[in-house]
Amino acid sequence: MAEFTPTQLQSKGVTQLQDQAILALQDVSISYSGKAAVSKVSFPIAKHKITSVIGPSGCGKSTLLRALNRMNDFIPNVTTEGKIIYNRQDLYAAEVDPVEVRRNIGMVFQKPNPFPKTIYKNVAWGPGINGRKDSMHELVEKSLKQAALWEEVKDRLDESALSLSGGQQQRLCIARALAMAPDILLMDEPCSALDPISTAHIEDLLYRLKSSYTIVIVTHNMQQASRISDYTAFMEMGDLIEFGKTRQIFTKPHKQRTEEYVTGRFG
Amino acid sequence: MAIRSSIRKGGVRWGEFSIEVGLACCTLISVITTAAIIFVLVKETLGFFSHVTPAEFLFGTRWVPLLKPSSFGVLPLLWGTLIVTVGAAIIAIPIGLASAVYLSEYASAKVRSTVKPVLELLAGIPTVVYGYFALTFVTPVLKTVIPQIQVFNALSGAIVVGLMILPMIASLSDNALRAVPDTLRQGAYAVGATSYEVTTQVVVPTALSGIMASFLLAISRAIGETMAVTLAAGATPNLSMSMLESIQTMTAYIVQVSLGDTPAGGVAYQTLFAVAALLFLITLLLNIISQWILRRYREVYD
Repeated sequence: MAEFTPTQLQSKGVTQLQDQAILALQDVSISYSGKAAVSKVSFPIAKHKITSVIGPSGCGKSTLLRALNRMNDFIPNVTTEGKIIYNRQDLYAAEVDPVEVRRNIGMVFQKPNPFPKTIYKNVAWGPGINGRKDSMHELVEKSLKQAALWEEVKDRLDESALSLSGGQQQRLCIARALAMAPDILLMDEPCSALDPISTAHIEDLLYRLKSSYTIVIVTHNMQQASRISDYTAFMEMGDLIEFGKTRQIFTKPHKQRTEEYVTGRFG
Repeated sequence: MAIRSSIRKGGVRWGEFSIEVGLACCTLISVITTAAIIFVLVKETLGFFSHVTPAEFLFGTRWVPLLKPSSFGVLPLLWGTLIVTVGAAIIAIPIGLASAVYLSEYASAKVRSTVKPVLELLAGIPTVVYGYFALTFVTPVLKTVIPQIQVFNALSGAIVVGLMILPMIASLSDNALRAVPDTLRQGAYAVGATSYEVTTQVVVPTALSGIMASFLLAISRAIGETMAVTLAAGATPNLSMSMLESIQTMTAYIVQVSLGDTPAGGVAYQTLFAVAALLFLITLLLNIISQWILRRYREVYD
């Protein structure tokens, strides 16, 4: 779908990827009050694959992720340049409704943020405000099953979501995002506030979800990126240093800086 | 060696001790004052009830305490307070909440940082000013629309008391809305919600305990309000349904008797304390309820 110049294709894997790309970043630059956070980043996001974005704290990876569903719109004085192409449409074109973008590109945040409503309403709220009326029960059940939470909550759907544990709350937030049947699911360090067992739960879950969803995950846990993702983008100081197949990035990186980071010499 | 010499085995540091006692005395002043006020209220109210039965006081419909034949039914005063308060709440609650939602959810940081201090400034205007505002501006304006309105009337009292508690509701509700974590708003936007849906269905319900508490505190202030309603609504105990007539609130009655030359010790004098005790009970109850709502419905976020 998206066009790339040869210089933007930073590894061989990318060439094959062009055809399956559901989302394509082209020279994306983001700045806060004139201070650059992301500079001219280009890479494609493959359909029904997991793409991880790694890099040291403050490298701009979360800022970049939030640009993909226009969540940066809420931060004052943010400017986004370049193009993010989704369905042949630049997400930052003037005629694009950001609300519509977020219906198709969902997001799960760093800290679980369930609404202070019942477990059921947390899942049903998004589809409800977007006009869905019938078979809501089935949708809630299906979404909670997809998020591997159904068995734990099926008898207490009317309890407050805040009564769940942190790991359960995060899976509820995933169910909430899935209930919208998004094309793409963005995840901003979804396991950073969780214990190792909850983290393993969520990693299993992501692995199963990729047969039907495209997932972009930001993480500073390199083991996590290498375990679950198909493609990896490594960023530093707002620049994309290297993008490629995860195995290649972690075993035969082309750039010295990537090798130093993935082998734990800095970051 | 200096340190060692200052350690006294089992000794009392008199300097420290006297500071502690001094601070405790300052705290005691307000505690003792409150206790003394309650004691006087209870004592004089009991004295009043040795002349008038509680049933006559609470359910009587005529309030003529100073003239013979006297009658001590507090309902007209209670009614006066009620219609002014309800009228003020009807004006202030929707506008106050709407202002809070605008400030917290829609206004830019620049607008908010200008408007919020102005709101807090409004809360500092002496209430007697609001009273004169009612008498010299609100009532004449009302008279052009409703010619039969009296010079002193419940409606203009309700309007100015409503304007008076409006900034309080706006400011406190704004604080409650701002306390809702941003991550919750983002979660709502991320499922394709509009600003209006996020505000009405996620942010306001989450802040509801704080918003309700701001309503109750404002209502309790409206009930206790004295000068503005005395000037605007007059001094005629009146059980009328019409807001166009002069009425008298409990506080306005207290002003009237305190200013007059009612001799101390008589039943007429004791009515002051009975009315004040009733007023105190009502506002105390409202404050307790608002504290309870705040504690009971506060959602815990870390």
